[in-house]
Amino acid sequence: MATTTHDGGAPSGAAGTPPRRGARSDGGLPPAGRARRRRDTRAALLFISPWILGFAVFTLWPVIYSGYLSFTDYDVLTDPEWVGLENYERMLDDSDVRLALWNTFYFTAIHVPLLVVVSLALALLLNQAGRSAGFFRTAFFLPKMTPPVAVGVLLLLLFNGQNGLINQVLSWFGIQGPAWTTDPDWVKPGLILISLWSVGSSVIILLAALRNVPQELYDSARVDGAGFWRVTTRITIPMISGALFFVFIVNSIAGFQTFTEAYTAYFGSGNSTYSNDAALFFAIYLFRQAFEFLNMGYASALAWLLFVIILAITLVQLRVSKRFVYYEGEQR
Amino acid sequence: MRRTTTRRAARWTALAVAGGLALTACAQGTGTGGGEADDTDFDPEAELEGSISIMGFGVGDDVAETRFQAAQEELGEVEIELVEGDLDIQQFLSAVASGNPPDLIYANRDQIGTFASRGAIVPLDSCIEGEGIDTDVFREPALAQVTFNDSVYGIPEFNQVQVLMANQDLLDAAGVTVEDLNGSDWAAVESATDALVVGEGGGLQVIGFDSKLPEFLPLWSKINGADLLSEDGRTAQLDDPAVVEALEFAVGIYDRQGGFSAVKAYRDSADFFGGGNQFATGVLGAMPMEQWYVNVLNDVSPDAPMAFDSMRTKDGDPVAYASGSAWAVPAGTDTADIACRFARVMTQTETWMAAAQNRAETREAEGQLFTGLLTGNAEADEQIRDEFITGDAPEPWASAIEAVYESNDSTFSLPANPADAEFKAAWQDAVNRVLNGQAEPQAALEEAQEEAQTALDEAWEEWDAEQD
Repeated sequence: MATTTHDGGAPSGAAGTPPRRGARSDGGLPPAGRARRRRDTRAALLFISPWILGFAVFTLWPVIYSGYLSFTDYDVLTDPEWVGLENYERMLDDSDVRLALWNTFYFTAIHVPLLVVVSLALALLLNQAGRSAGFFRTAFFLPKMTPPVAVGVLLLLLFNGQNGLINQVLSWFGIQGPAWTTDPDWVKPGLILISLWSVGSSVIILLAALRNVPQELYDSARVDGAGFWRVTTRITIPMISGALFFVFIVNSIAGFQTFTEAYTAYFGSGNSTYSNDAALFFAIYLFRQAFEFLNMGYASALAWLLFVIILAITLVQLRVSKRFVYYEGEQR
Repeated sequence: MRRTTTRRAARWTALAVAGGLALTACAQGTGTGGGEADDTDFDPEAELEGSISIMGFGVGDDVAETRFQAAQEELGEVEIELVEGDLDIQQFLSAVASGNPPDLIYANRDQIGTFASRGAIVPLDSCIEGEGIDTDVFREPALAQVTFNDSVYGIPEFNQVQVLMANQDLLDAAGVTVEDLNGSDWAAVESATDALVVGEGGGLQVIGFDSKLPEFLPLWSKINGADLLSEDGRTAQLDDPAVVEALEFAVGIYDRQGGFSAVKAYRDSADFFGGGNQFATGVLGAMPMEQWYVNVLNDVSPDAPMAFDSMRTKDGDPVAYASGSAWAVPAGTDTADIACRFARVMTQTETWMAAAQNRAETREAEGQLFTGLLTGNAEADEQIRDEFITGDAPEPWASAIEAVYESNDSTFSLPANPADAEFKAAWQDAVNRVLNGQAEPQAALEEAQEEAQTALDEAWEEWDAEQD
């Protein structure tokens, strides 16, 4: 994960000296250099313009528009009616919002660390696999290709309290498994466990990071008598901390938006009438308000609340990461 | 410097104003509720031409295929495009809002009130009159479900009703009868459940009786003499003592067998549509279920030791909660005449008879039994039963047919209302909270009553304001 910066072949400032605040970003290039830079910028913009256009139309505009809708009463069919802060005030009194937030925090707080630990463990194992690594890499990634709706149905089959595979395995050890899919206390643990089904992509990212750790570091450590645990904690993890942080932050954002598996299992095709409050995640509540009850204004306000929460948590994570994440080549 | 700042501020202000105006301009709906089918001239003799698109309907079986062919023949040169699969509400409403609606939709009857109140579909009074659709032949509860504010917004078809299905071998072994479980005597149901159940909790081996919550709360409430919603569709009655009592009873049935959690887990593990279904394998004593499951059982496990009865009120009268489909014409379509003709042909008695004849012949050729067709059209139902259902059907299927038709003649439904989704979610969520052990019936239904009534009040207020 080496990160280097290039600026027309010249460093933007003296090594270890950040550019002065407010200084021009062209670093005092001569006029000919500035002209070339403007040309390059125009060319770059032109090349990425399809993406910019797509982003503006399909992402930025809907985001801005949903901000406007969050201040309206809108049901798709009739014109939006401006209601000011009413939707946001309604959230304060809505007990389902509190329930959905609690469920979502609970899920994310356990799912993300668990996923990172399992991914890292699998990546470390795969890193030792030698010539068969390619096969195992594919094998571990394959479940990720399963559609999330299928994973939701799979959850109901594997975790069936009566004769699901999980409880059958537990019974071999004399343990009577819980009613994972119907007992409110066990619904979220079941969802957290099934979420590990798609751990493959994180494993691949971490494995790639592990392959980039210089072998000399391991050799030196072994010469100094370091064992596996010491090597892992003092060399491997610090050296892949950038990738670990990426996996952590991306899965945190995904955790807050978790929807498909829980919706399929407890609100959708898996159970058309049965639902379970324990699986009412924020994105599910938002979806129900928008597309079942047609409260688009309220749903937009919910979406903005989720956006603010995710943004705040991501900013905190970024700030905390400065203490724990090391990027090769980084000046501290 | 200040000038630059001022200019920049002005630019941002202009951008914000332009953005705001653009947002407001983009936020369009259909306004006050779309057009009227009244503008169209409906003449049953008129030669029609053009094309229509139909959303939510597919020719997935022989009955649909036969009726669709009849409609195609009647419409002559008209091109018909089908958007198959269940009606996608989001897709439909977006299409209406953007001014590109389909010409006809095939919806669940309980969706009609919500669509009508929001102006997504138009009243069909002139269509019915112009095309000469005889609404008297439709079953009253079916017609009530598509009638909103005294106007008919949908042409109903099909009827789904519940009958009691039981495993006779298990009943015999437990020393109970199917009549003990038909709901007319709740103490008898409880005793029979106790006698039938084998095992408990995680070790459940036979479910004695499945009261089929949450979906059948309306049925249990009706058996107990209560409706979930007032006749005018404006007042929720979820905290009615009879509804609370019905929920307590139906949940209690699960509690007697180790709790809902265990029963549901065992229920979900069954091969519901296969030969290893819960009746064929002898792991379920009895349950109320929609009549289409009779056909499934007859197909996949014809030798299962079944017994059937109607569900019954405490007075012993047959009763069933009816649901089904309906054809509706979206607001903004300019081919309402074609859509109306199509709906008329699809639901008329002759078309149903053709479909039933085809189905009966097919079943006979396959050596299987024709168990009937509930069309939502009482005239068609009667003729189909008279002409195509043979009197020599073997037991237990003869009893099944008898129970199905008896239930079909004794249905009730919830009236059309503008907050159907919220109303249904309120009572189903309440039942689920009780089933999951998170609330007591009384408290759950009181909370649901408040949620449902708030949703109904808001929706009716909007509708009433529009009418003024």
